[in-house]
Amino acid sequence: MKNLSFLFTGTLFGIILTKSQAISWYRIYEMFRFESFHMYGIIGSTVVLGILTTLFFKKTGQKDINNEPITFNEKNKSIIRYLAGGIFFGLGWALVGACPGPLFALLGAGYYTIIIVIIGTTIGTFMYGLLRDKLPH
Amino acid sequence: MEAILNPWPWYVSGPLLAGILATMLYLGKTFGFSSNFRTICAMGGAGKFSSFFDYDWKQDSWNLLFLVGTVIGALIASQFLMNDHSVILNPNTEAALKSFGLLGNADSYVPGLLFDSENIFKPKILAVLIGGGILIGFGTRYAGGCTSGHAISGLSNLQWPSLIAVIGFFIGGLVMTHFLMPMIF
Repeated sequence: MKNLSFLFTGTLFGIILTKSQAISWYRIYEMFRFESFHMYGIIGSTVVLGILTTLFFKKTGQKDINNEPITFNEKNKSIIRYLAGGIFFGLGWALVGACPGPLFALLGAGYYTIIIVIIGTTIGTFMYGLLRDKLPH
Repeated sequence: MEAILNPWPWYVSGPLLAGILATMLYLGKTFGFSSNFRTICAMGGAGKFSSFFDYDWKQDSWNLLFLVGTVIGALIASQFLMNDHSVILNPNTEAALKSFGLLGNADSYVPGLLFDSENIFKPKILAVLIGGGILIGFGTRYAGGCTSGHAISGLSNLQWPSLIAVIGFFIGGLVMTHFLMPMIF
């Protein structure tokens, strides 16, 4: 039952990504050229409401579905890994016009050749695993 | 019905995505999509090569279900909830795309030059697709998250590391769009 809730939430996520055009290669290109408000509106309004939701959950001590306290994934304090990793990610994001969620949404929307990018992303993740101990974090 | 079939504006889509974040928190999980690639590597036996993948990936199988849902949702949306895949762009964006040969079929979310099946095995295009994928996969694990994990979950929790990561996303994206893509295409 609980597993179904993840499947169902993912399904809504896929519908929203597809209907909002956030999975369109063109929308990402347009965003990085600052020629449309569309993507900034999506991400901005998500974050503003996300901040309010997070604050609300913390203030009210909202419990999750298992009646456990909601935990937030706090990240370690560092600059280099977030900045360098972020730059690598951004270079790829702008080139193929999709980030990880949209890669799979594009697959569902019938753009089957995106599987090549998904294979590349899996290789890139594997490469990180191999190089992790040698990289500054 | 037309309101559903037409593209959803940002002020509908953004709040709905915030609803996804709230739902995942309520389900006791962190909304972050790219961790799935680590799980996929671990499932495929990458733990033999790096301790990064040597863990019980089954604990993250809920996220794979979310991934399968994403594929199903996009399938439902594109089959039943929309008239076409055309995107109305800023005329300046269109002009730039035309100069690169990237303005393809109007009824598509992606440029044919990059994603049409007759183009994907051209060496340059294949290098772009695989190379772009590698940059995403490597970068997202190095940075510890992608657009969902950092830009949505992390910024919503007012985490400095996520802001640094998002600044990195934009530095990389701007360099690619304005300096590297004109050289590649």
